[in-house]
Amino acid sequence: MFSGLWAILKKEVIHIRRDPATRFIFAIPLFELLLFGYAIDTDVKHVPTVVFDLNRQIESRQLVREFENTHYFRLVGEVGSDRELQDAIIGGRAKVGIKIPPDYSTNLVNGRQGQVQVIIDGSDSTIATRVLNASQQLGFIKSLERDGLSPSQFSIDIRPRLLFNPNLLSANFYVPGLIGIILQLVTVFLTAFAIVRERERGTLEQLLVTPVSKGGLIVGKLLPYTAIGFGQTVLVLLLMVFLFGVPIHGSVALLLFLSMVFLVPALGMGIVISTLARNQSEAMQMSLMTLLPAFLLSGFVFPRESMPLPIYLISFLIPATYYLEILRGIILRGAGIVALWDEALVLAAFGLFFMILSVVRFKKHLG
Amino acid sequence: MTIAIKADGIGKKFGALSAVSDVSFTIEEGEIFGFLGPNGSGKSTMIRILCGLLQPTSGRAELDGLDVVAHTEEVKRRIGYMSQRFSLYEDLTVDENIDFYGAIYGLTRAELAARRRAVAALVGLDDRLDQMAATLSGGYKQRLALACSLLHQPKILFLDEPTAGIDPVARREIWDLLFRLAAEGTTLFVTTHYMDEAERCSQVAYIYLAKLIAIGRPQDLKRLPEITPAGCAWVEVTSEDATQLLPLLRRHGDVVDATIFGEAIHALVRQSTDAASLIEFARQQGGVNVACRAVPPSLEDVFVSLTRMRRATEGR
Repeated sequence: MFSGLWAILKKEVIHIRRDPATRFIFAIPLFELLLFGYAIDTDVKHVPTVVFDLNRQIESRQLVREFENTHYFRLVGEVGSDRELQDAIIGGRAKVGIKIPPDYSTNLVNGRQGQVQVIIDGSDSTIATRVLNASQQLGFIKSLERDGLSPSQFSIDIRPRLLFNPNLLSANFYVPGLIGIILQLVTVFLTAFAIVRERERGTLEQLLVTPVSKGGLIVGKLLPYTAIGFGQTVLVLLLMVFLFGVPIHGSVALLLFLSMVFLVPALGMGIVISTLARNQSEAMQMSLMTLLPAFLLSGFVFPRESMPLPIYLISFLIPATYYLEILRGIILRGAGIVALWDEALVLAAFGLFFMILSVVRFKKHLG
Repeated sequence: MTIAIKADGIGKKFGALSAVSDVSFTIEEGEIFGFLGPNGSGKSTMIRILCGLLQPTSGRAELDGLDVVAHTEEVKRRIGYMSQRFSLYEDLTVDENIDFYGAIYGLTRAELAARRRAVAALVGLDDRLDQMAATLSGGYKQRLALACSLLHQPKILFLDEPTAGIDPVARREIWDLLFRLAAEGTTLFVTTHYMDEAERCSQVAYIYLAKLIAIGRPQDLKRLPEITPAGCAWVEVTSEDATQLLPLLRRHGDVVDATIFGEAIHALVRQSTDAASLIEFARQQGGVNVACRAVPPSLEDVFVSLTRMRRATEGR
């Protein structure tokens, strides 16, 4: 059943050691982690803002300062006309324009409503929504203050409490998910290539006339890449904790164990691809096809709850979906196996499915 | 004599294309069986079927008394295979390649040590064990491939164009090796394009357009009546400008067939013409230093004639 496993494993380790591409094995997850960890930042802060102040009184200047104090707005300049304000937004210099009319302070002093126009670039909906809320909230609080009311005097006091990620840092959300994406990326690609490369170079033909067993060939090829995938998981976890300061709230042992459970279907997909692809470029395309759904539909970037129903249903067919639940569950919410056993079970089922499929698909003869 | 390989009506179709059609032969133990034919005629397909790499569409094959399809894995322990392309690992050293194949064939540490020494000495790789396979020359790559396919002491060895693209000295050395293996009782199944190699085989088969059109010992094939029809004989005409002479000679009424063979012309002529009149004809056409003598047909003459006849009957 597994004859030849040890020989294949040893040979594969030599290949990996000698392959110049191996140098990048740990560089790739590192690079992606830094890229996604730092670049995907949905925390809206310091949005570039221009001010068109026609009032030029203490009141208007104070208002601008208060806009700045929310940290949502960063003043990048003043403009002298509607036209200039428009140009600043169209040109991308600012995303927000605050226009204070000449009668702003007079109206306030005389007990009338002081109007301020906030012009927002709506092309990035996340930023626009945040800025919209922040400016409305500012107006609301300022009005109450002027009327001598403080929030403690409200008749209803809603006190939201944010669990697990109190500062709403997006790194806390993305970096754990990224572990799943990186792990799938590396394992699927590496294993898909491992067999296709032999097919392409003709070495598989030589191997197939030997009594090596299917199981020995497949498992012998998988094990070294499992070890690499595992090493990468540990590396990314360490960086997550020490570089991004995202603590692991749950059990590290459970996290590592369930990561191994996820490696089985990921490696299995790679092997299935290698039995389908005739050459490395086909293997590349097929691997990308598994990666994109994992990237877009697993909940890594977009919340699954807000997906249209058919897409939401498809997301159940992606192993990464479950692994991301596990990662976020353990790392962010400190979830234990009691809460995650069903995800773990589904992953194990996926793993079994892909392994059986690969052994069935892999034939010890050509054509 | 024991039968090493027996093919019985082997056919293989890839979709509508027939790669091998109704091929039968019997090879005895210790024979060197030469399998010849133009490119794409089905030689590699046949080898792959016998090795269990491809399943035949029809017919059956037995190796060492075992059915190839039913007992593929047992058959694989008894055979060695050297494919057309170098198919070992270029990023492994000679020694590592040998190690790997030894382990794959399940040799114990002691067996492997003994076999490694024996095989490396046999193929002359003992002083290159630490060299990367990628840096070996073509001839040495073939020796390494041969070494790896001999580790488990196969009873039958398949060699798909083992000498393609290597220099004449290396070619000679590889054939010396093959003879030694055959003398020790290994059965060799060799495909080749070289007629001198075919001449060295104990039995040759010629496959053309998926069908076997000739099989037998080289000397028997040369005596086939269809190669030398009644009233005809093979002659060798030498001349300083043989290539110019060839088309002129073909116009001679008594010349049935003529081809260039090295620097001479091999011609099948009616016995109504004798050597003297042929020389006279060649001289009149401008031939310089013309000589003519009777020769037996070469294997090439045999295969070329058979191919032409087959083409004629196929209506081409």
